[in-house]
Amino acid sequence: MSLTTDEIKNIAYLARLSIEEDRMHTYADNLSGILDLVEQMNNVDTSAIAPMAHPQDMSQRLRADTITEENQREHFMENAPATEAGLFLVPKVIE
Amino acid sequence: MHNKSIAELSAALQSKDISSVELTQHFIERIKKYDNDLNSFITQTPDLALEAAKVADASIANGSAGALTGIPLAQKDIFCTNGVRTSCGSKMLDNFTAPYDATVVSNLNAAGMPMLGKLNMDEFAMGSSNENSFYGAVKNPWDTDRVPGGSSGGSAACVAARLAPVATGTDTGGSIRQPASMCGITGIKPTYGRVSRFGIVSYASSLDQAGVFGRSAEDCAMLLEPMAGFDEKDSTCIDKPVPNYAANLNDSLQGLKIGLPKEYFSNGIDGNIEKLIDEAIAEYKKLGAEVIEISLPNSHLSIPAYYVIAPAECSSNLSRYDGVRYGYRCEDPKDLTDMYMRSRGEAFGEEVLRRIMVGTYALSAGYYDAYYLQAQKIRRLISEDFTKAFEQVDVIMGPTAPTTAFKIGEKTDDPVTMYLSDIYTIAVNLAGLPGISVPVGMADKLPAGLQIIGNYFDEAKILNVAHQYQQNTDWHLQMPAAYQA
Repeated sequence: MSLTTDEIKNIAYLARLSIEEDRMHTYADNLSGILDLVEQMNNVDTSAIAPMAHPQDMSQRLRADTITEENQREHFMENAPATEAGLFLVPKVIE
Repeated sequence: MHNKSIAELSAALQSKDISSVELTQHFIERIKKYDNDLNSFITQTPDLALEAAKVADASIANGSAGALTGIPLAQKDIFCTNGVRTSCGSKMLDNFTAPYDATVVSNLNAAGMPMLGKLNMDEFAMGSSNENSFYGAVKNPWDTDRVPGGSSGGSAACVAARLAPVATGTDTGGSIRQPASMCGITGIKPTYGRVSRFGIVSYASSLDQAGVFGRSAEDCAMLLEPMAGFDEKDSTCIDKPVPNYAANLNDSLQGLKIGLPKEYFSNGIDGNIEKLIDEAIAEYKKLGAEVIEISLPNSHLSIPAYYVIAPAECSSNLSRYDGVRYGYRCEDPKDLTDMYMRSRGEAFGEEVLRRIMVGTYALSAGYYDAYYLQAQKIRRLISEDFTKAFEQVDVIMGPTAPTTAFKIGEKTDDPVTMYLSDIYTIAVNLAGLPGISVPVGMADKLPAGLQIIGNYFDEAKILNVAHQYQQNTDWHLQMPAAYQA
C-alpha cells in the first residue's frame, strides 16, 4: 500500500490537522510503511470470526437517568482559551 | 531510606522511626539532586507532597493510618490531578489544569500517599522510548545515553533511580512492562477493566489499563490493591471484588505449570536476552515448576492488529482537542476550520499526528471492514490462542522486550522499527490479560525483564510467581550506581 501526498492532504483535512507542505512526503512514506505492516492481516480468513470489542465481551451497563454531578460550569471553563459571559468564544461562523 | 521496600517503610512509619514528612523530604531532595539529568518529572509538587505528608503523620499518630499512609509516590502525567497540570506529555495540554481527580488518584490520595509530582511520558502515551514527549526525552538511569522505554518512561526511570518508592503508569501496548524491563524494575499491567480508566487521558479505550511500577512484586502488590476495583464512572470497569494481593505472595510454586510459547523464542530474539530468560526459567524449575511448550499461533498478527485498533481509537478520542473548551489554540485563527487545523497541527507531535492519520484512514468510508473490523476479528483469534493455552498452563512466560534499552535517537527515523519494540507485550493488551515484568539479569550492563502473563483476574497469581523468584534472586535489588548515594 502506497499513499500519495494528495491522499495525505485529504486524510489530514478529514482529521483537521494542518501539515506543513514540506512534511507531506515524509508522512506519505511513514503511513505507507505502517499500512504495509498492517496488511499482513489480509491473508487471514476471518469470515467465521466475530469481532472482539471488549476482552470480557461485556455489554454496556445502564444506570438510572438521575443527576449525579454537581454543576461546576465556571470551574470547568477555567481551562478554555477564550470565554465571555459563560460562553466559549470561537471565530465567527455565520456572516 | 530510598532502598527500602514499601513494607519496611510502612513499618518504619508506624513505629515512628521516621515521619512521613521526613520520608517525603528525602525523596524531594533526591528529585532535586538527580532529575535535572534524568528528566523523569514534568511537574514536581513538593509543597503538596509535604502538606499531604503532614496529614499522613497526623493519621499515623491517631491510629487511623493504613499500610500505605505516608509513603510518597509519583503519578504518570496521564492521570488527572485536581488543581495540578495534567499535560499527558503534550503541548496540547501544556496549560491544562485538571479540574478533578482520576479515580486512581483519588483512591491513592485516600490511602494517604503524598504525591511527589507528575511523570514524563510519550505524548498521549504513544511511543516506546519516551522520546515523543513535548518535555524532552527521559534518560535511562542505567545509561543516560539510552532510552528508558515507553510510554511510561518517566515512571520507570524515576523508580529505577529511587526518586520515588513507587509510581503509577498506564499500558496500552506494553507501556508499563517494556519500560520496567529496560529500567530493571518490576511493573504490572492488570486485567483490562480491573482498574478504573476514569480521569485517565484516553488513547485507545479498549486497550488502556492503569498499573504500577515498584522495586519488587511485593511493592507492586501493595500499591495495586487500593487502585483496583469497580468504578461506576468507567463503563468498561469490571464489578468484581479485589483480593488481598499481598496475601498469596508466599504460596509455593510446587507444581506450577509454566507455558513457554515457541513463537516467543524463535528468530528475532536477542541471544543475550534468551540466555537470561533461560536462566530465570531454570530458577523456576528449582522452585518446583513444570515447563510446557505451548503455541500462540497468531502472535505474529498482534502488531498489525494493534496498529489499526489503537490508531483508530486514538483518532476518535483525540478529536476532542478542538481549541475550544481546553487545550492549545493557535494564534489569530481566520475561521473555525483554520482554528481546528492549526491548533491541532501545531500542538500535536509527529507520532500523534501519524497515528491520528492512520486511524482516520482506517475508519474512513469504504475502509472500515478491511481495517478496523478485520483487526477486531484478529483480536479474537489472538485472545482465543491464550484461552487455549490457559487450559494447559497456569502462567505464560517469555521475554518482555526483544532488546535491552537502545540509544536515544537510534529508532526515531523509522516508526515501524520502533513499533517492533512491543512485539511481546501487545498481544496481552489485545487479549486484555494481566502481565508483569520482572528483572532477571543484565546483558552488557543493561537490565532485561521476564514477562509473566496470567489468566483473567489472576493478578494475585502472577504477583506470587514474581515474588517467589525475587525471594530467591536479587536482580530486583540492584540499582544504577550513580544514584545510590
